[in-house]
Amino acid sequence: MIELENVAYSYSGGELLSGISLKLAPGSFHFLTGPSGAGKSTFLKLCYLELSATAGQTRVFGENTRNMTRDDIARHRRRIGVVHQDCQFLDHLSIAENVALPLTVAGRDVGAEAQNLHELLSWVGLEHQADALPPELSGGERQRAALARAVIMSPDVILADEPTGNVDWEMSQRLLQLLVELNRMGKTVMIATHDLSLIRAAKSQVNARVLRIANRRLQLAGAVL
Amino acid sequence: MLQDFIAGIRDFSKGDSQADRVVPPTGFTARLTVFAAAAMAFLAVFALALSLASGRLAQRWGDELARSSTIRISAPAGQMDAQTSATLEVLRTTPGVASARALDREEQTALLEPWFGPDLPLDALPVPQLIEVIEEGDGFDSDGLRLRLAGEVPGAVLDDHTRWRAPLVRAASRLRTLGWISILLIGATMAAMITLAANAALAANLQVIRVLRLVGALDVYIARAFVRRFTTRGFIGAAAGTGVGMVLLLLLPSAQTNGGFLTGLGFQGWHWVLPLLIPPFAALVSFWATRAAALRTLGGLT
Repeated sequence: MIELENVAYSYSGGELLSGISLKLAPGSFHFLTGPSGAGKSTFLKLCYLELSATAGQTRVFGENTRNMTRDDIARHRRRIGVVHQDCQFLDHLSIAENVALPLTVAGRDVGAEAQNLHELLSWVGLEHQADALPPELSGGERQRAALARAVIMSPDVILADEPTGNVDWEMSQRLLQLLVELNRMGKTVMIATHDLSLIRAAKSQVNARVLRIANRRLQLAGAVL
Repeated sequence: MLQDFIAGIRDFSKGDSQADRVVPPTGFTARLTVFAAAAMAFLAVFALALSLASGRLAQRWGDELARSSTIRISAPAGQMDAQTSATLEVLRTTPGVASARALDREEQTALLEPWFGPDLPLDALPVPQLIEVIEEGDGFDSDGLRLRLAGEVPGAVLDDHTRWRAPLVRAASRLRTLGWISILLIGATMAAMITLAANAALAANLQVIRVLRLVGALDVYIARAFVRRFTTRGFIGAAAGTGVGMVLLLLLPSAQTNGGFLTGLGFQGWHWVLPLLIPPFAALVSFWATRAAALRTLGGLT
């Protein structure tokens, strides 16, 4: 799915990540943890091609990201679902239209997928908010809408950056539940979080591997918990 | 480049209301853009009319005056007839002269009437005899003719009109050039204004662009949402401005006196088609300006 080989990333100020190698296998479930500012978001951005590595090789779906044009990146993003902590929507469009946005921009017929859209919205528990505008939603509802938007193209990989950062414990459990269900359907999932109790809660439901970023390096941290 | 353009036109005519909807509607800047396009088109109509009218003027002056000259004979009364016929004889053997004709007494009186009134006793005055010369082909060699006349008819003076015609024709041509430069400047100004408006719209919608980019929208898809808007606005505004400009030109008092320059401002015959090209041209300018601005902005984002 996504392979990083000896990847480094430097800002103008200095090196943030270095010597990172990782292979995300299909159907795997990963947590990414580490202190704030350690580079979790940067690591995810490297995975969904928002940033390109300053050294080393990144391959997404077998393709080297160095040779990708902007349009190649856009097409690859349709196969990677991304959920942010502060998820952004088009505030003038309804939730249903926002969730269907990846279909719209890919030129797919949204009308033909209406059934899928409805099922997806009820899966995340937003069927009654379908016509609401994004600013009218609570934090948890926004996260679930973002998750629905991330999976409507049926992507192979779902990357979530602190998806539970803005919601209470109950809601974070519910989001985790949805992500675990997606993983059971065969999707590769990676969640960046500093919430260790979330990781513990997941461990009972899914065979999750925990990665930790510290001192610019990526380590397997399963034993720590 | 050309393929891009054709593909762009095709996508346009097909229309994509979904792509339009992804960018939030903006009332105020939209109206400003339409207004600017209308004002520019209005000015373009007049610049075009000015260019065409001064072009016509230059051509008319050039044509009419280039084909005729005048020879003036001042001689004592007794020699007038002899010198006139000698001059006509010289002209008959001058290459490039189609015909030459001495004006008769009535014609000369008619020419002088506006200045001296109808009761002028022409016989009592030493009025010079005028000979009208009509050219053919490339015209005659005026310096050569002048030399011959000086030798054979001492009282004859050739006035080939070039002296005062040339600066007039030059002025009219300049005016036409100025008109075209104005049209170019108007087009460039319109492109600049559309670019500024598009840049403002792009900057105001950075979040929209980021979201679209995140969910896998291609650059052309995002650009099209903006390009369609500004092209439509440019076209609608220019159509309105052109319409008003053309109506005002129609309402101008028609050219009664020939050679009157100001009242001659306007279009004649098929030239009325030319201002109709302004709206499509404005749409084209808007299309390219917005597209360039959008792709430039997008290129700076990840």
